[in-house]
Formats: sequence, C-alpha cells, structure tokens
Amino acid sequence: MDASLLLLADARLPAGAHAHSGGVEPAVTAGAITDVPTLLAFLHGRLTTSGLVTAALAAAANTHATHELGTRTPDATASNTIAAHTHSGCGRRAAANVAAGAGVGGGWEVLDGEADARTPSPAQRRASRAQGRSLLRAVRAAWPSPVLDALVPLGPHHPVVLGAATAVAGGGPREAASVAVFGTVSGGASAAVRLLGLDPLAVHAALAGLADVMDAVAAEAAGYAGRPWAELPAASAPVLDLDAERHARANLRLFES
Amino acid sequence: MGGHFGHGHDVHDAAPVRGRALRLGIGGPVGSGKTALTAALCRALRDELDLAVVTNDIYTTEDADFLRREAVLSDDRITAVRTGACPHTAIRDDISANLDAVDALEARHPGLELVIIESGGDNLTALFSRGLADRQIFVLDVAGGDDVPRKGGLGVAAADLLVINKTDLAPFVGSDLDLMASDAARVRDGRPVVLNSLRTDPAATEIAHWVRAAVGAAHAAAS
Repeated sequence: MDASLLLLADARLPAGAHAHSGGVEPAVTAGAITDVPTLLAFLHGRLTTSGLVTAALAAAANTHATHELGTRTPDATASNTIAAHTHSGCGRRAAANVAAGAGVGGGWEVLDGEADARTPSPAQRRASRAQGRSLLRAVRAAWPSPVLDALVPLGPHHPVVLGAATAVAGGGPREAASVAVFGTVSGGASAAVRLLGLDPLAVHAALAGLADVMDAVAAEAAGYAGRPWAELPAASAPVLDLDAERHARANLRLFES
Repeated sequence: MGGHFGHGHDVHDAAPVRGRALRLGIGGPVGSGKTALTAALCRALRDELDLAVVTNDIYTTEDADFLRREAVLSDDRITAVRTGACPHTAIRDDISANLDAVDALEARHPGLELVIIESGGDNLTALFSRGLADRQIFVLDVAGGDDVPRKGGLGVAAADLLVINKTDLAPFVGSDLDLMASDAARVRDGRPVVLNSLRTDPAATEIAHWVRAAVGAAHAAAS
C-alpha cells in the first residue's frame, strides 16, 4: 500500500475519529462488551454487517471520484491538474455523464442518499456526517483537489468522503474498502481499551486474528464498485442501531457515538 | 531565535485573524476553576464583545450546562464537544470536533469577535494546538500544590497567560503565593502571570483586561 494510503488509514489522521467509538461505548454500557473475547465477537459482527456496507459505499465513492478526476493515474499532481480542468463547466458535467453512463448512478447526492438509506439510526447518520465533515477538512488540507472541494456543500457521509479521498490519494476501490474496514475495527478496539482498561497487547492480538476476515470483507465490498448503487449491500445490525439511539440520549458518555 | 524567546517577547505570535473571531483556549487541570473563570469572562465581556463558548466536557455536558444555567450567554452561543476519553487529543492532536463547533458558532453568529474554547480538565503537558487557539490561558489553583509552577510543563511554561487561581484559599491549604509567582516567572520567560480570586474579584478584572487587549490586538493586526 502507498504511503499516502497509510496516512489516510492512520488513527492519528486528525479527522475526529478519536471521539467516536464505533458503537463500542453503547455496547459496553449495555453490558455486551466486557472483555477481549466479547469485544472480538462484537467487532466481527460489526465488520460483517455495517462494516461491509461502509466499505462498499467507500469503494463506490472511490470509483465515482476516479471518474470525476477523469483519470486513473496514481500521480496526484497529474490527476489534480486534470481534475482542475474537468471541474469547471462542461468538462465536469461530461465526467459526471461518463460515470452515469457507466451504470454507476447519478451525482454525489445520490450515493450519499444510498448511505442515508442504509443508516436507519438518526444518531448514526449524524455521527457519520460529522465524521465525514471532519475527514473532509483533513483530506482537503492534505490532498487538495476540486473533487474534494465539490463535496463540501453536501457534507456527505464518512464512507463517501473516505472513498473520494482514497481516489485523490491514488488508491482504487479495494484500497478504499480496506481503509474503511480497518477504521471500522481499529477505532472501536481503541475505544474499548480506554473504556474497559483492556490489555492493549491482547486487543491487538485479537485484531491480528481478525485480519483474514477484514481482508475478505474488503474484497467483497470492492466487488460492488462499478455496479449500480442501488445494489450496494444493505446488511443491518438492529442492536447497533438501537444502542446508538440510547447512547445519544445518555447522560454519561465519553464518546460522541 | 534567542531574541524571539527573549524577555518580554511572546513565543505565540498573534495569529492572523482575517475577519474571524479570535479563538481563546482556556486549559488547566481538573478543578482549577476553568469553567468559573469562563463564566466570569463571559459576564465581563458580553456587553462589549460578540462572543461564544465551546466546552470540552470529559464525561457529561456538565460545563456547558453550568454556563447555560448561569445564563452567562444565550444557549445558542454555548456548544459542548465530546472528547472520547482523551481531552488533550481534542485540543491538540485532533482538533476537528472543536473546529467543527467553532465553524458552526461562526455560521450562526456571523459577527463573532471572540470564541472561548474551554478544555476538559487535563494534565500539565496539555497545550492547545495553534490550529485551534490563537491565544491561550492556563489555569492552576493554589490548592493543587504550590510546587506546580516549579514543576513546569507545557501549559505552565508556554501559555500566553498563566492564571494562579483561588488565591483566597492559600492560607487554608498552606500554599505560598509569592513562591508560586516567582517559580512561574522563572519558567515563563517574562510571559504574564495573574493571581486571581473570583471570591474577592468576581469580575476577574485583570484577566478580562488581558482578553480585551488580545482581541483588540488581533483585530488591529488583521485590519
């Protein structure tokens, strides 16, 4: 993986992720996570449901952003230059039409709507948009591109921004899915270490044991790139949704979500 | 470099404000009186400055609730952010939730001149990122031990203003105010220190004066 993509996946990317637990704090409060094995079971469940959906949205956004950039060149300077041309006037519409013509869907708002439709909990939608906004601020500073600038008025969901950012940073849909999957797992794991005082070595050993599942989920998610957006997976985890709603109303909480 | 850090000079050059509000960070350990000071500053400055507050609560929205209850500002001028068990991360390493909160306040109140960002109580190494705060105040209290200024730490040494708070308690906890002031002066290389007690001076006169001057200087530099 390129250094740019490692920067994008790094938990130290200043994009607000540290204040979100990925459903782990609500699950700890509900008594569903108490130790490393229950954390692992939780992460596995989340990975194969909302994790798959998130990764597939990121992969789809990556493909769409690559069309918007008008090129698949990994050279950021070249792609930014091309994007600067395609962004203005007819060129941009032409690029959008290429995307639509490829059977992918409409504009960003359509893909963002697909994310909305797959996120039944209002609290999770708010958390996803807040993280999307923060990520957008960070990636626009790191990898300036008109494709990213165009997302600002929409304030899209986190995986939509992540997919676009991986494209601008030179990655394809598989990389976008991998970064999304990794974020799904690593953020929650670090929240559990903080909330329960779990042994961080044991937690990382558990994460290493999940690596094959993470890769499989990312590969499956990347397979949706280029297909019509309505066909993106919609695996749901109703308990996560309910916990998220309870969490948003809780008096005592350390994490935003 | 020596001149830059010399006596009377400030390592934190006033950041260009370019038409936006000055962002003032208020940091310091748990219980040192940050929220009460924030409330006092709001009361002292709200009639002359267009201002708003962001609180970084550790576990609840206690601080924001306190400010709302005290009605120091209207509710839509007070925002709380959560810090994911890492209050220092939210003001230093990953400031995005705070930037988001400041952006939202500025969008709601286009004429804002000052945004006070109160950190969650933290340790002595916590310092606001310059990407978030243009100026910062670090608040210690005398009951935390009169050796704290001597021990230093980034907050004590580098904040634009150090406040040694709750001085009315000094006789009861056996803290030596002169020692605290002289130790602080030694590590702070000439940057200002204010001894404060909201019991005897509820308006925090000297600190409000400093904030007023900081806002004035930043706006003069930007115009």
